[in-house]
Amino acid sequence: MNIFVLMKSTFDTEEKIIINDGRIDDDGAEFIINPYDEYAIEEAINQRDTHGGEVTVVTVGTGESEKQLRTALAMGADKAVLVNTEDDMEQGDQYSTVKILEAFFKDKEVDLILAGNVAIDEASGQIGPRLAERLNIPYVTTITDINIDGTKVSIERDVEGDTEIVETTIPLLVTCQQGLNEPRYPSLPGIMKAKKKPLDELELDDLDLDEDDVEPKTKTIEIFLPPERQSGKVLSGEFDEQVKELVSLLKNEAKVL
Amino acid sequence: MSRKVLIIGEVRDNSLRNVTFEAISAAKSVSDGGELVGVICGENNLEPLGNEMIQYGADRAIIIQNDKLKAYSSEGYSQAIYQVIDEESPEAIIMGHTAIGKDLTPKLASRLETGLISDAIEIDVVGENVVFTRPIYSGKAFEKKIITDGIIFATIRPNNIPPLERDESRQGTVSNLDVEISDLQTVIKDIIRKTTEGIDLSEAKVVIAGGRGVKNKEGFKPLYELAEVLGGAVGASRGACDADYCDYSLQIGQTGKVVTPDLYIACGISGAIQHLAGMSNSKIIVAINKDPEANIFNVADYGIVGDLFEVVPKLIEEIKQVKVNA
Repeated sequence: MNIFVLMKSTFDTEEKIIINDGRIDDDGAEFIINPYDEYAIEEAINQRDTHGGEVTVVTVGTGESEKQLRTALAMGADKAVLVNTEDDMEQGDQYSTVKILEAFFKDKEVDLILAGNVAIDEASGQIGPRLAERLNIPYVTTITDINIDGTKVSIERDVEGDTEIVETTIPLLVTCQQGLNEPRYPSLPGIMKAKKKPLDELELDDLDLDEDDVEPKTKTIEIFLPPERQSGKVLSGEFDEQVKELVSLLKNEAKVL
Repeated sequence: MSRKVLIIGEVRDNSLRNVTFEAISAAKSVSDGGELVGVICGENNLEPLGNEMIQYGADRAIIIQNDKLKAYSSEGYSQAIYQVIDEESPEAIIMGHTAIGKDLTPKLASRLETGLISDAIEIDVVGENVVFTRPIYSGKAFEKKIITDGIIFATIRPNNIPPLERDESRQGTVSNLDVEISDLQTVIKDIIRKTTEGIDLSEAKVVIAGGRGVKNKEGFKPLYELAEVLGGAVGASRGACDADYCDYSLQIGQTGKVVTPDLYIACGISGAIQHLAGMSNSKIIVAINKDPEANIFNVADYGIVGDLFEVVPKLIEEIKQVKVNA
């Protein structure tokens, strides 16, 4: 099977957000593989191990993403591709990213594309379904289980807490939800091997695209932090008293009861 | 500049989801006086729901009834909605940021080659621009975003934009649209309902969340009782999910759901930064934790230092009392 994973590098979830000059300051920030994309990578490796074939991890990003792509290779992916937009794209959006991915996939034979269901930074959740539409293949989002038998695929997906059982066919794009699997940590031999695995770097030019083709359709005009939450009142006294006071505060002061 | 806005409504168990009314309200801001057209898909009996959309502010409604639209599928719904977009040529489209909204709107936007702003919590019309505010980094920050080219397309987060007052005397046309829907490649075989409470976590006005402090599956029982008394939903921290005390579908945080209820009661949750990202924009936060140093107290409006198994049952009794007296 030809398996592809769409991966994004994101801020480590431990990171505090600092805004500088109207932009999120990433100076010195730790980057990780978007946690939902880890499920996608893990599943891609498992499916390859069951059905044979090859796993290619694709990122649209900057040179900084190389480290996370190496991690994906160390987990067990076979190849990595970085479409580096650093020099060509000032500000992109989901439309731009999918334009690039569409061009990348134009000459590829695809059986299965996996992506995270959402990235924890911009959280649009758009890339998977948008790409499937451009490639004219079916997609299933927020999957928690997948079984492939020939070209038949049965899937369980999470729908706001309920489970939907879906049948579809390959070629297919899926987006991965928590509960799908337990992503592995790269092993030491995995890390050694990853150094020799191919990591190709492409630019827009290599995909016959220029800046105008990937002009975004949206624009961020301001970024701001939420007002800092003040710590409130820690109650004291006997539990009975505290509970009475709490309910009274919720009713009369906060007016939420 | 007035705009014609299409509102994609959502039907569940033969009624409209609340977020549909919120979407109509959002659409009204976007429209700047333009026409509001509602659309809903389903198998049958949609006419009263079309009328309900009008009572909540739509000028007219389009209903698409087809046995292939009985359950939601991206293929079926996109064919139906795309035809409406084609015939109506709206200048803006608004839908709820729900499981269906998240699944459907990127496909439509991709086909229309337009931008899409997902998960908006606020809408302002500033001159010619419609400015959408949305959380990024799970609510650690916010961005204001505009569409620069083509249809204004956005999904709105449930529970953030208040619906318009229902006006039962409001009149408008509800029209049927026949659509041809090709055979579906992706078929839903079964739906296993795990959410027994019927209140969706992301739409709940009250959320009771448990952390490692609930100790085991059984430990969630008093939380469910409290949720029932308050008409809320139960959520959990990652710690509780990882320890298998509950299903991952309950997880609130940077991975997991982001919630913004009126009242959030954190029981036995320490308050890791990843968890705070998912709930710190709640209106009122109550923390119950044995550890007085727990980080959750730094964001809580009210805190009780104590064992949740002692405090929560008392809280249930007290709230019942207050409700009886009210």
